[in-house]
Amino acid sequence: MTYIPHTDADRAAMLKAIGVESFADLFDAVPPENRFPPLNLPDGLSEMEVAAELNSLARANVSASDYAIFLGAGAYNHFVPSVVDHILRRGEFFTAYTPYQPELSQGTLQAIFEYQSMMCMLTGMDAANASHYDGATSLAEAVTMANAHFRGKRPKVILSPGIHPQYRAVVRTYHQNTGLKFVGDKGSATIPDLVDMLDDDTALLVVQYPNFFGQIDDFTGLADAVHRAGALLCIVADPIALGLFKSPGEWGADIVVGEGQGLGIPLSFGGPYLGFFATRTEYVRKIAGRIVGETVDADGRRAYVMTLRPREQDIRREKATSNICTNQGLMALAACVYMSVMGKTGLRRVAELCYHKAHYAAQQIDALDGYSVDMSKPFFKEFVVTCPKPVSEINEFLLEHWGIIGGYDLSRDYDKRENQMLIAVTEMNSKDEIDSLVEALKEAKAPHLHLSHEH
Amino acid sequence: MMTELILNKNGAPPPLEPLIYELSVPGRVGVNLPAPDVPLADLPADLLRTSLDLPEVSELDVVRHFTRLSQFNHAIDIGFYPLGSCTMKYNPRLNEDMARLPGFATIHPLQDPATVQGALALMYQLQEWLAEISGMKGVSLQPAAGAHGEFAGILMIRAYHLANGEPHRTKIIVPDSAHGTNPATTAMAGLQVVEIPSDANGDVDLDVLRGVCGDDVAGMMITVPNTLGVFEAHIKEIVDIIHGCGGLMYMDGANMNAMLGVAKPGELGFDVMHYNLHKTFSTPHGGGGPGSGPVAANEKLLPFLPGPIVDILEEGDDETPPLYGFVMPEKSIGRLKAFWGNFGMLVRAYAYIALHGAQGLRDVTNHAVLNANYVRAMLKDTYPMPFDRICGHEFVCMGHWKDAEGVHALDISKRLMDYGFHPPTNYFPLIVPEALLIEPTETESKQECDRFIAAMKEIAREAHESPELLHEAPHKAPVKRVDDVRAAKQLVLCCRVLPEGEGEG
Amino acid sequence: MADWKTPDNVKYTENDEWIRVDGDTAKIGLTDYAQDQLSDIVFVDLSEVEVGSTVTKGEAFATVESVKAASDVYAPASGKVTAINTALEDTPEIINSDPYGDGWLIEIKLSNPAELNDLLDAAAYAKHCAARSA
Repeated sequence: MTYIPHTDADRAAMLKAIGVESFADLFDAVPPENRFPPLNLPDGLSEMEVAAELNSLARANVSASDYAIFLGAGAYNHFVPSVVDHILRRGEFFTAYTPYQPELSQGTLQAIFEYQSMMCMLTGMDAANASHYDGATSLAEAVTMANAHFRGKRPKVILSPGIHPQYRAVVRTYHQNTGLKFVGDKGSATIPDLVDMLDDDTALLVVQYPNFFGQIDDFTGLADAVHRAGALLCIVADPIALGLFKSPGEWGADIVVGEGQGLGIPLSFGGPYLGFFATRTEYVRKIAGRIVGETVDADGRRAYVMTLRPREQDIRREKATSNICTNQGLMALAACVYMSVMGKTGLRRVAELCYHKAHYAAQQIDALDGYSVDMSKPFFKEFVVTCPKPVSEINEFLLEHWGIIGGYDLSRDYDKRENQMLIAVTEMNSKDEIDSLVEALKEAKAPHLHLSHEH
Repeated sequence: MMTELILNKNGAPPPLEPLIYELSVPGRVGVNLPAPDVPLADLPADLLRTSLDLPEVSELDVVRHFTRLSQFNHAIDIGFYPLGSCTMKYNPRLNEDMARLPGFATIHPLQDPATVQGALALMYQLQEWLAEISGMKGVSLQPAAGAHGEFAGILMIRAYHLANGEPHRTKIIVPDSAHGTNPATTAMAGLQVVEIPSDANGDVDLDVLRGVCGDDVAGMMITVPNTLGVFEAHIKEIVDIIHGCGGLMYMDGANMNAMLGVAKPGELGFDVMHYNLHKTFSTPHGGGGPGSGPVAANEKLLPFLPGPIVDILEEGDDETPPLYGFVMPEKSIGRLKAFWGNFGMLVRAYAYIALHGAQGLRDVTNHAVLNANYVRAMLKDTYPMPFDRICGHEFVCMGHWKDAEGVHALDISKRLMDYGFHPPTNYFPLIVPEALLIEPTETESKQECDRFIAAMKEIAREAHESPELLHEAPHKAPVKRVDDVRAAKQLVLCCRVLPEGEGEG
Repeated sequence: MADWKTPDNVKYTENDEWIRVDGDTAKIGLTDYAQDQLSDIVFVDLSEVEVGSTVTKGEAFATVESVKAASDVYAPASGKVTAINTALEDTPEIINSDPYGDGWLIEIKLSNPAELNDLLDAAAYAKHCAARSA
């Protein structure tokens, strides 16, 4: 089955109008020896057969719909109000292209403008773009922007070890041929250690807020130190945390990037997500990607249009600093609808729920024999638990006997963090779930004591 | 705190729809959240923010606001959308439902692979299918968009030469008809662009190509069929010339809708390419994204693919399915984004390919090319065509006549809106003056194509008889022509919320 | 067919810059043809130069943007920058309205006046414009 509407009569009439005998005549320009190769694919299926096949693949996964989940590390099981997906499912939004023709795209354009506005408010910045692929690529683009700002004359970038390990990997992939040197993230440097690395060669210093381990660092004096060295400060931020904590703008950041998935976007096995990017007015012309601006139409009516277009690849070609074209537009719409419906009080409420539940969980786990939680610094919705045995063994136990998806095994990225688990608690985790987790961890230490629990 | 906005209140017509901030009423709440069910912890007072300027609206306000906004858009669901190089085909509803199945939509990317075998099986199968369709050896699903896939491909070419001890290969040859992403990608990867002209037929000029080939060439990027909508007449020669000087061939897969079952890039001699799942395999464009840009490589470049990719860790048998897991290709250029790719798009593309099968995909290309050639044939006596030959899934014509000098491609585009059509791509490819790049796609019927043809002919008549109709168009769109000069000069990129107390008067 | 102004008191590059010598300094700008091709100019980026810095013949020192295009501006001659037209920051459109007058970009003190010898005169430049619009 396909979605092709042509009848035999249509086909015959069209071929005749073109002046050819058959479909095959349309492909004469293809080298004959390579023309019409066999495709070793299964036969086509009906809609109900495809649905059955995909349902069966979906059912083969353990999902947060059926299990309690305490896994975060850059992707979070936050609440998504029903209204968000209902708006996304409007064909007028999801089957539209990039709004290059403003007269036929005012809906998408105004929604992006509203998204940009909300991201500015949230981050404390002056301008935001219409999105990048995800938080990691937003950071890579921030590095590119800083490098372009200094015209390549400051080849050093200082990365905090508290930045998501995959983000740091992506930044290195992006910049493997650009001559930049990345320092700071291979050991356990603190914020003052990073400040000590600043010099005349430094283009950018990047910290994460909260950091990968969930902690909220006090950035007092950081921006001043960075600016004294003539460099720029980039903060990678969690947007839900910004509902409660000081904005990166208040901390003096020049660029704010991050993963917007928490703003109404499902986990969806890692994508599509939303890379947000915001900065100060003076760097507006260096931003990559699409930006929507306000203007008027020929009648003087307020209208919106993509602006600062000559920065982009289709006009600037090899002189563009980024090749980005397609972004995560529909995900930006999701975030816009989410922030609208959450509003001023709702987002703070979500953040507070995360904070209180995470703190309750941390205290309960810290009280367990054999487990300890690092609560030396303020933290938001994630914290590090040192466990009595390898995290992978504990997680296997949690899943098998308690129906719990456990936290992230930090030894996957950090050699010195053996037996350390990063636990995420969101507004979606009830007290009952947290109590079960605590009980399960207790049992996991000595599983021979385990009595059968059904979930 | 009062939220008020600075608006131009100079007697202009009212906006189509207020900004969500203008609908805001202090104290209004749009969402119901539970009370905390745990003891409250102390908040670190010195780290908290004191204000957060988000709107205060009800859920119904939100629904109405965004519903009204949606009504100011054109979309595939509303009408014909012949936007060249974008493949605006129908987005099947089944695929939307499949991507939202809880078993896909609520799985966490860092779960133990043993708990997400269904998702990994899907990704593995999609990798295999995309490899088969392209005639390549392997695929990485990491790239989030076509440009992201291009970037992967060029980094792979660079890494290949570095691994072979040829760091001096720093040049990428790009035809002047290329998408802007090609030169931008090259520069982003730290390499140099060598642009070469097209000949009078819209093909790569082989003599010029030979002239720029040397041991400093890393490779060439080329779109097949090219951006003019024509299948390069000498594709095999081009490949041979580049390979002959030690370079590698990159295929921009933006136009794969003209290639399914017609030719395999790997068999044509390409070393690496990307797909746009949001073009060829109908994952929705979403008003600008998300896309998905898997990159496919032949044997030579296989070890350099971005990763991780999905592989079979333990073969299965009749009773047990294979065990899938993530692996990093041996000499991978690295990770291109966090996690594994735009998975939701992969589910949709999988559903699309499964539904079509081999013959269905071949039919897709047949009808995409049929529609484009039909519209081309019907318009060729009305609109000047730079290349009078059979096209692929799209064709370029010129929106300008010597005897209607004041009318330009842009005017034709704006006038098409009055007829209920989205305009074609304007002013691309850059090498054709006043270009209108038209791509009907296979999901449009002959009758819809006929309506478009009739409108184009009518507009051509208007251009000669009453050009002001075109200059002032659109007349029936939600807004009149939008002042992009003002937008660029007086940058207003977000609505400013006035600090407390400054909003009155 | 448009008709572009090509005054006799300046010299031209094939890249559509002009230079007008006045004593030991010279003003540099974009030609009428260039502004017409770009259409409405919305932004001029002169951040790469400052008074006292040097420009080198053939090297880009500024970017001029319209809504649809961006064009690099190359120095027609080498020298030390003595003045920058700061009026362009807020009113870049004066390049459209007065390309050879108020729309100048920078003023330099020529370091090698002989460089001017290979530039085009008005007649040759007018021919160059006509050839491209044919």
